[in-house]
Amino acid sequence: MITPIESSGPGRQDEALLVRVPSSLEYVEETIAMVYEHCLACGVAEHVASFRVRVVLSEALGNAIMYGNAMNPEKYVLVRVDVRETVVMLQVEDEGQGFDPSLVPDPTTPERIEEIDGRGIFLIRKLVDDISFNERGNAICMTLRHA
Amino acid sequence: MIVSNRQELKEVVLNAIEDGTNRVVVDFSNTSYIDSSGLGVLVSISKKIREAGGDLRLSGMNDDLRMLFELTKLDTLFRIADSQAAAVQELT
Repeated sequence: MITPIESSGPGRQDEALLVRVPSSLEYVEETIAMVYEHCLACGVAEHVASFRVRVVLSEALGNAIMYGNAMNPEKYVLVRVDVRETVVMLQVEDEGQGFDPSLVPDPTTPERIEEIDGRGIFLIRKLVDDISFNERGNAICMTLRHA
Repeated sequence: MIVSNRQELKEVVLNAIEDGTNRVVVDFSNTSYIDSSGLGVLVSISKKIREAGGDLRLSGMNDDLRMLFELTKLDTLFRIADSQAAAVQELT
């Protein structure tokens, strides 16, 4: 079970949730459910929380666990959720070496359309209103308008 | 259907193919969201079904799920029916 290490709770101006997730895929659904409930409690529209928030968090968290931390049980992923008046900001940071997001190829080209992997960052870019990475490439910040 | 549970569908379909089934409908009526891992599994089982000489239909998608398939252009790879009944009819 995952316990938030920081939560201001609903009703505050800056409604933040910080979760430390072990590097195992078994914690992905639980983390997504926790973030989803937090977003709803903080007033994020249900249709935004139930689809865009859950999909992009699944992408970022899955990448962080599998590729960033390479499933290393000694490493953790930090997920921070900030619900503000008009936007929800999701930050996901792993302990890996980072990657260059500009090198991720377009998965929709005819030669890549039947690839099994490689759609995660593409989907995030399509579903969020703003996306940024830190310089090292091991932290992603995704911003979604919810009002 | 996401990164942490994607293998469940794959195992069900691969077992069905092993048992001689090659016409498959995956219905999303009870699915609220999919991530890219889920999409990857669908691409994977689609190939396996084709190799088995069969056919795959997807059905019951809400507007959000359809949008994901359009964004990734996977709507050009899969046949998507409006309902499970329509998908089954297409395969019979």
